[in-house]
Amino acid sequence: MSEQGNGPVSPETLVFDVQHLDLFYGKHQALKDINMQVKRNEITALIGPSGCGKSTLLKTLNRMNDWVSGCRVEGKILFEGKDIFKEVDPLALRYRVGMVFQQPSPFPKSIFDNVAYGPRVQGITNKAQLAEVVEKSLRQAAIWDELKDRLDKSALGLSGGQQQRLCIARTLAAQPSVILMDEPTSALDPISTQKIEDLALELKKDYTIVIVTHNMQQASRISDKTAFFYLGELVEMNDTETLFTNPSEPRTESYITGRFG
Amino acid sequence: MGDLAQKKAMDRFMSLLFTAGAAGSAILLFAFILDVVGQGLGALTSDILLSLRDMFFNTLYLVFLALVISALWGIPAGIYLAEYAQDGKLTNWVRMAVETLSSLPSIVVGLFGYLVFIVMTRSQWNLMAGALSVSILTLPLMVSVTENALKDLPPEYTLGSLGLGASKWQTIWNVLLPACLPRIMTGLILAAGRGFGEAAALMFTAGMSTDIDWGNWDLSSTTCPLNPFRPGETLALHVWVMRTEALSPDAAKIAGVTSAILMLVVVLFNVLARYISWRLEKKMEGTADE
Repeated sequence: MSEQGNGPVSPETLVFDVQHLDLFYGKHQALKDINMQVKRNEITALIGPSGCGKSTLLKTLNRMNDWVSGCRVEGKILFEGKDIFKEVDPLALRYRVGMVFQQPSPFPKSIFDNVAYGPRVQGITNKAQLAEVVEKSLRQAAIWDELKDRLDKSALGLSGGQQQRLCIARTLAAQPSVILMDEPTSALDPISTQKIEDLALELKKDYTIVIVTHNMQQASRISDKTAFFYLGELVEMNDTETLFTNPSEPRTESYITGRFG
Repeated sequence: MGDLAQKKAMDRFMSLLFTAGAAGSAILLFAFILDVVGQGLGALTSDILLSLRDMFFNTLYLVFLALVISALWGIPAGIYLAEYAQDGKLTNWVRMAVETLSSLPSIVVGLFGYLVFIVMTRSQWNLMAGALSVSILTLPLMVSVTENALKDLPPEYTLGSLGLGASKWQTIWNVLLPACLPRIMTGLILAAGRGFGEAAALMFTAGMSTDIDWGNWDLSSTTCPLNPFRPGETLALHVWVMRTEALSPDAAKIAGVTSAILMLVVVLFNVLARYISWRLEKKMEGTADE
């Protein structure tokens, strides 16, 4: 285990503090003694070959693993200082920590109803308030101009790239402070990918982003910190530039230079 | 070369066979409808038509009641199996019980309905007892349609909703069930078909007579059309009665007209329900408005 990027992180800027996290699916150990920190208003990229545990870790951050049968966790994850397994209600945690998935997956509802979904399940029913949140979220996701005249149309009629930006807007509307992205561009074409990347860079001003990606160029383009996972271990985490130009672990170097993956 | 020619000939032959199978099924239905409706219309008189009015209403009312009961009962059971049940012995038992239920002979269900809904409650023949018996027959269908529809949805619907902080119930009610609605509707159509055509399960439950006073809207009265606790012979049962027990010289003709009307009701209902289901689906896909 190598040292963290640049020294100790102050409590105010520390969003996630993962401490000695082990995760098991039945007898298989998917994560081994993970220790890492995520800082506010940064993009943290998780990279590594398939099955290395990066997606598993991402899903654990907002407890989306709760429904996976046989999934067991040991260790701690502190979110803003509180243990997410003991001190935070999982539903409340997911209000604060939103998630965007690999497959753009809008609900089979209108564009408006998709974006308004998060606020509605949190109990907001005021129409003016909902309309305001929907517009603000779509603007933040840079898709308002494309969609403003068809808010009542089904979201399933949009292109893949639009659907993914809609899903980001849907996540934003729930008013989280952290956005988890699980390979958000792997199902998209290069132009849509570019738009999502630009969006992520824009969003980090107001949000903290943790992104899992298979694409190392993507990690180096947009992230501030990069964590390399291999076989369930966090091999190395550092400032993105340092990790890619001067990795301290031979395994990291082999992976980023394409010797395995 | 010979091989190739043989291969192509076989290919053509099989395509033809499959087409014939499909066309044959469609032709069978149309021939059937034409024959039954043709015969019925041939014997049609206004007297006979008027005499069927009450059975017509009873049929619709009974199917409606049966659908409500089997939906309120079967859809939650399907949700349980799809979303809550853990894989294991208990779940397998529940699933097996539902499957067994679907192969119960309707005459047996009718007798069961007679014992439980008539004898044990000490009531006379009534529509509600008939609807309950029919809903036992349609329950397995509703359970499996709901379960399969939910299981075939993309997992991202569930994850997306839960990821936004929705509870499981909010996810089921706001996302999953609406997405399944077209398929649940299809299940209801099939269930309704069963209700329209059922006779054996109704013989000892809904009764083989009907007496409606269309001016009487006192729900507690046994001649009020909307009172579900009154005897209510349906069209299908009427066909059976006319063909077996009736003494009237016109019985065969009446049975023919009744069959024709029943057939038309079923066809119309199917077309209507499919149209609604199609509209729902189009609306979700976002192509309905063009």
